[in-house]
Amino acid sequence: MKKLFVLLSFISLISACGGGKAPESGANPYSTAEPAAATNYDPNRGIGKWTAESLNLSATLDAAMAANGAKIREVKCSSCHKLTDEKLVGPGWKGVTSRRKPEWIMNFITNPDPMIEKDPAVQAQLELCLVRMPNQNLNDTEAREVLEFLRQNDGLK
Amino acid sequence: MLPLASMTNFTILSVVVSADKLSAYGLPSGRLLRVIPVFSVDPEKGWGYSEETKPMLNTSHGFVPWDDLHHTELSQTNGEVDGRWVFGNANNTPRVARIDLKTFRTAEIIELPNSAGNHSSPFITENTEYVVAGTRFSVPADNANGDVAINTYKENFKGHLSFIAVDQATGGMSLSFQIQCPGVNFDLSHAGKGPSHGWFFFSCYNTEQANTLLEVNASQKDKDFIMAVNWKKAEEYIKAGKGKKTTTNYAHNVWDEKTHSGKSEIIKEVLILDSKEFPDLCYMIPCPKSPHGCDVDPTGEYIVGSGKLAALIPVFSFTKLQAAIANKEFDGVYDGINVIKYESALYGEVAKPGLGPLHTEFDANGNAYTSFFVSSEVVKWNIKDLKVLDRVPTYYSVGHLCVPGGDSRKPFGKYLIAYNKITKDRYLPTGPELSQSAQLYDISGDKMQLILDFPTIGEPHYAQACPAGLVTPDQVKIFKIEENNHPYVAKGEGEAKVVREGNKVHVYMTAIRSHFAPDNIEGVKMGDEVYFHVTNLEQDWDVPHGFAVKGASNAELLIMPGETTTLKWTPDKVGIFPMYCTDFCSALHQEMQGYIRVSPAGSNIPLKFSVGEQAAAPAGN
Repeated sequence: MKKLFVLLSFISLISACGGGKAPESGANPYSTAEPAAATNYDPNRGIGKWTAESLNLSATLDAAMAANGAKIREVKCSSCHKLTDEKLVGPGWKGVTSRRKPEWIMNFITNPDPMIEKDPAVQAQLELCLVRMPNQNLNDTEAREVLEFLRQNDGLK
Repeated sequence: MLPLASMTNFTILSVVVSADKLSAYGLPSGRLLRVIPVFSVDPEKGWGYSEETKPMLNTSHGFVPWDDLHHTELSQTNGEVDGRWVFGNANNTPRVARIDLKTFRTAEIIELPNSAGNHSSPFITENTEYVVAGTRFSVPADNANGDVAINTYKENFKGHLSFIAVDQATGGMSLSFQIQCPGVNFDLSHAGKGPSHGWFFFSCYNTEQANTLLEVNASQKDKDFIMAVNWKKAEEYIKAGKGKKTTTNYAHNVWDEKTHSGKSEIIKEVLILDSKEFPDLCYMIPCPKSPHGCDVDPTGEYIVGSGKLAALIPVFSFTKLQAAIANKEFDGVYDGINVIKYESALYGEVAKPGLGPLHTEFDANGNAYTSFFVSSEVVKWNIKDLKVLDRVPTYYSVGHLCVPGGDSRKPFGKYLIAYNKITKDRYLPTGPELSQSAQLYDISGDKMQLILDFPTIGEPHYAQACPAGLVTPDQVKIFKIEENNHPYVAKGEGEAKVVREGNKVHVYMTAIRSHFAPDNIEGVKMGDEVYFHVTNLEQDWDVPHGFAVKGASNAELLIMPGETTTLKWTPDKVGIFPMYCTDFCSALHQEMQGYIRVSPAGSNIPLKFSVGEQAAAPAGN
């Protein structure tokens, strides 16, 4: 597909592939919002509605929830994340519940774009993976079920 | 920095004719936001090429890949634009389409029987009860013998007006009835509103009933007609069982957002009311010089006729028309239809407005804006006193005009767009084929002011506009993968597979940033038909994936998040064929690729598919 753009007296031929987009989703170049000062950012919690209190996790596994989480993973997550610690597109899931706080995981699943912008650990990960984690539009219950599955994957009974 | 959204207060939906697409622009920026394929194929989006979209372009003539879209009409409630749907007409193989403004996609197309050239369409009644379509070319009816001499026009050719009912909950269209009329050319139409709700007005030309050299032979009479149709009365006759069932053949194509597929059905019957048998259904109002535009003002009282060859604009009064009908102030009968006396229906004439009036739109302050093709200008005049208030030139030869809400009961005013037929020296030259031109005028003051020129793709024909706020809140951002009922969906990579059914190979493929699964396929043989059913697993806004395979003789696919779309591919030679994502999706978009191996017919290479499997490293490495 070719489009012909005429700009003032300059004629430029631009070949566009399928209406290519400049920024990836979430990176709004026209945003007037200033990035939050680094001091305001809590790297243990991330950005989002979830806190340790609001999550109120039980020390034991809810197997039914974990089973639902496994089904959601099949549809929305398994393309990029292995259950081992091996990287596929994104990092493997093994050990994630010991590397990150549960509220951080919940916030990252439900609110990935602002955290990709600000979280130092995510930014370091992006340098390795080069693919932004997609917002897969999980609702609160679904995200919680995936978290339960992650806990099961890390050996919680 | 100014947020982009505030630059775009209005959305205009304009019809671009030569490309036969509907395009959405922002106002007042003139920025092109989206091009929507309707009746014509679009390889960029796979429209008409993917297996799912092919049924949408089915007709009684089979698959028709193009048409000549002219007009667009936004749905209304109580005569006000409501932002639910926009309709479009196919002028060649007569059809009407409904585009859903939640997705900006064509949701439904219905063909029109007994018709040829659907021009006076897709105008609607004030609650979108009906979309109408009047045939431009009169032709013998579908159930009559059409193998007749062309010069038997007066005897054998009929004009049919179609009334398509619209389901208010779903938007679903169904051809409710048709009115059979004398053979003339129906040109444009508009519904009555407010007090004239229940009536529809169609301009007619070639009332000479010529079948050749219409340029001369259809310009003989000093006056043709605007036909007033009492559609509420027609509805009563249909309810009372007065419609005649006649045999015909037309396609009705509906898109299903859950299966992400279109379905086409051929319908064999239509209900007809013959205008000759029901004399209180239709009336002819004489209108000077081959009337084209037929526009009803926001109050519903005034009907403006625009004779293409006239040097005045007649304005008819609905109140006077009703009195003339009650008092039988007739001036003869035209092929079974009573002709109202011109003076009995006339409110007045705008004297010396310009040359060649075509179309009129309205503002909320009692003013009308009429385009003049021959004298290349827009003229503003007052509906009550018929005095010309202002005139501005256009560059050049203007056709339709658009005022946001300008044919509704509640015009939003503020802007007027002129759609020009000739551009000439307005932009830098690009060879023999020049850019097409729309011009934006500010009409908020006493004087119209040209504030922007913006090029359009193809001949810009007609447009409608409304405040963006009527459309933007309900936008669909993704299709939920859980609700995807496509028969070949793969909900997750675990369901990705390749299945052989005889010589048909079905690839259940997933796409997510940035790989396909499977991306290595072997065991396809010459003589196979391969169906790539690609499911986009993304659930985030604005992350489509594309799909293409080398040698595909149809098109690429463009798959929205959560959607499944199918490309049929028939390999034409043995070898390795690459496939890849055609829509830039991530930093690793160029890595989003795979291979399919094609072996000779009868080969014993087993069907095999994988993603992420490499050959074992040779020993010693």
